[in-house]
Amino acid sequence: MYDYIIIGAGINGSFMAHELSKYNLNVMVIEKGPDVATGATIANSAIIHAGHDPKPGTLKAKLNVEGNSMYPKICKDLDADFKHTSAFVTATSMEESPSIDMLYKQAKGRNIPCEILDKGQAKALEPNLSDNTVKVLNLPSTGIITPWEVAYNLMEEAIINGVELSLNIKVLGIISRPKTCYVDKSQSMGRLGYEIITNKGTFKTANIINAAGVYADEIYNMLKPKESFSITGRKGEYYILDKLANPLVNRVIYPIPSSKGKGVLVVPTVHGNTLLGPSSDFIDDKGGNFTDTETLKYVKAQVNRTVKNIPFNKVIKTYAGLRPTGNTGDFIISESDEFQGFINVAAIESPGLASAPAITKYVLNTIIEKQVILKPKKQYINRTKLPILNRMSLEEKIKLWNKEPKYGNIICRCESISEGEILDAIRRPLGATTVDGIKRRVRPGSGRCQGGFCQPEIINILARELNKPVEEIALFNKDSNIITKGEIN
Amino acid sequence: MREYELIIIGGGSAGLAATMGAYENGLKDILLIEREPELGGILLQCIHNGFGLHMFDEELAGPTYAERWINKVLETDVEIKLNTAVLSINNDLTLEYSNEDEGYRIVKAKSIVLAMGCRERSRGAIAIPGYRPAGVLTAGTAQKYVNILGNEIGKKVFILGSGDIGLIMARRMRLEGAEVVGVAEIMPYSNGLPRNVKQCLDDYNIPLYLSHTVTFIDGHDRVNSITISKVDDNLNPLKGTEKILEVDTLLLSVGLIPENDLSEMAGIELEMKTNGPIVDDKFETSIPGIFACGNVLHVHDLVDYVSKEALNAGKSAAEYVLKKSSKYEYITVTHDNNLVYILPNKIINENENNVELMYRVKTPMKKATINLICDGMIVRSIKKANLTPSIMGKIMVAKKLLKGTELIVNIKEEIL
Repeated sequence: MYDYIIIGAGINGSFMAHELSKYNLNVMVIEKGPDVATGATIANSAIIHAGHDPKPGTLKAKLNVEGNSMYPKICKDLDADFKHTSAFVTATSMEESPSIDMLYKQAKGRNIPCEILDKGQAKALEPNLSDNTVKVLNLPSTGIITPWEVAYNLMEEAIINGVELSLNIKVLGIISRPKTCYVDKSQSMGRLGYEIITNKGTFKTANIINAAGVYADEIYNMLKPKESFSITGRKGEYYILDKLANPLVNRVIYPIPSSKGKGVLVVPTVHGNTLLGPSSDFIDDKGGNFTDTETLKYVKAQVNRTVKNIPFNKVIKTYAGLRPTGNTGDFIISESDEFQGFINVAAIESPGLASAPAITKYVLNTIIEKQVILKPKKQYINRTKLPILNRMSLEEKIKLWNKEPKYGNIICRCESISEGEILDAIRRPLGATTVDGIKRRVRPGSGRCQGGFCQPEIINILARELNKPVEEIALFNKDSNIITKGEIN
Repeated sequence: MREYELIIIGGGSAGLAATMGAYENGLKDILLIEREPELGGILLQCIHNGFGLHMFDEELAGPTYAERWINKVLETDVEIKLNTAVLSINNDLTLEYSNEDEGYRIVKAKSIVLAMGCRERSRGAIAIPGYRPAGVLTAGTAQKYVNILGNEIGKKVFILGSGDIGLIMARRMRLEGAEVVGVAEIMPYSNGLPRNVKQCLDDYNIPLYLSHTVTFIDGHDRVNSITISKVDDNLNPLKGTEKILEVDTLLLSVGLIPENDLSEMAGIELEMKTNGPIVDDKFETSIPGIFACGNVLHVHDLVDYVSKEALNAGKSAAEYVLKKSSKYEYITVTHDNNLVYILPNKIINENENNVELMYRVKTPMKKATINLICDGMIVRSIKKANLTPSIMGKIMVAKKLLKGTELIVNIKEEIL
């Protein structure tokens, strides 16, 4: 019997797994997708917001500010990118101007570093701000990350320290019984135990952490609770611009927030691209992460309001993601009253990414510490850092190539990624098994050719390393095969 | 640091011919860098025929055409590095390359010829709405899978864009046993060579949907259908004209972009319309000693013209190194809105020699007159027939006709 089963390997499931891996607990993560971070974690704005805009008194407000302050150290420890870019909230009309003062007051009250800039001061720092800009709130503690990189690295370290990760597992049902029904070797003090029925067998656990993203309501409802919550997918569509569009903006540019959220943003990414988005539309289909013409047009029109000179001819990709929006207006983070040991970490929409480390800390301090006795592991092993050659000096690259000649063979021309780095991505503890898995770990295919040149080579390397025929190497899951037959004559 | 007289970046059709152009004009200390395991570039995957009519008076398949040039280069003592990537070029003509055998190295050159070719515009660049399943490939990538790697990439195929690779791949997929449901082209005319429309679509009864585009891609894992729509005169999809087609593969042939990442790193000035470097009639870029030719300069429709251009660029590099030619006076070349571009962007002002102008029209024209204007005077007038954007046009002009500092090229359609 597991102490904890975490359902969902997104950013929150990964933070939870990483935290629990520090203690002597039996922990498993189950994920329906083919990899870590395949839901909301992979398709969001990648911003660590300062925490200026959530409603006062909400968990969102509290955990966002706290999460923001935790990220720099976490990313450093995990060897993940974090960049303090700062952010501008921009008013582009006199009517919007009072909102800047209101947000300034709110941010000050939360001890968030901030200042108000006039048009001239703001445009000196960001020349491409709209000429209509009247006033700007500067939020220097705002940062950017690569969300899936943080999730991979967290989960990888969790795996190294004993957490089991099971991918491609779909939860079909959950049963709870008094713990006396089980041979219980868990350290849980609760009275209930759970059986999670999946397409790959049944798993027993004393506690469950429900971090299932847009599906968290469906997971909880499997227990038929008297009181539940609901999650609706709120779709956001984005454009990504080529690095050549740089420097369009150096900071995150927000419009004035509205009832629909933070609005449509212009965001520099860690790798030098620019994101434009997201839209915000509720949709019924939780798998409906498609883009559509009308919405993309809307995104274009909105970003043109805050920033000028956006080179739309430098778009290299469009994508859509679903935010899990709950019916309470806030994050839903609590142990079920009815089902002891069942913890919902649900409705983690924006600022969910920014709050994630604080969410885990909150769950640990207010819930888990009352469920089990936390005994830290005597030895905790940190994951090994992987080399990124295009950030190295000539001497460093030569040194690495001396150890492994494959570091000299460039596979991805757009991002200058070597075969050695691709082999690292496959051979590391949480190794890539798909073309997208490689792309997200080491970036071939993220550049301007979008994999046109390197994809055949990536498939060959994966096939060779995983000892599989090429037709079994897929884009992201077993049904997304690229090659339909290995050999034709 | 090793210094070469000439380094050529790219061993495809342009790089091979540039090597010969330089070698035959007296340069011997040449390094040719190619990132693939073989010389020949994209020609190697173009197993159809139609190459060589201008260069060899014969109709050859791509690999055979490449072989003719490779054999010439192999007979010289030019140094060749295969499986080698150039990572950066600097404006002092040093460059960094890497490969498995030598690791990371920096070398210097007295001159450089850029011959990196082009890349395909991807789905992302044209923002086709829908899901992001497997089964959406650029036509050239598909061609590599099928012709080089021998893989099947789909059974029921639709093609967006009637560029030449799209047309060629329509026929190729049919010959490989796939069902080719159709080709859509957003413009009211094909973007490929007329002979390819005839030989690849008409001969196989593959429908060409002009003024149509793909407006949705459906399928969570692999493509299961696409939606095509008619477009209006402004190329916007028309509501109510949607047609859903069940296919498992969508190939894209929606444009080629000269691959100038390295040129930009070096600080070479690029031209907005061609997406290639600004060059004079010796194919010299804004950085003295760096020349550009082939598809990295502008996208060609015939490889024979790439070879001719590259021979000249190679020759210019040789002259640059051997003579260290002096500073020139230039005539800048501009054009009206009926042309997409004209090359070269500037012409060395001298009384001898001819210059070959290369241009593309924006829309098809049955009959047209091209006027060359210097100092407000028409210095030459040329009549042309059956102009179309897919065919690059050429005009040879004696330089002694050109006056002043500017040449304006206008084209006027003759209303029949």
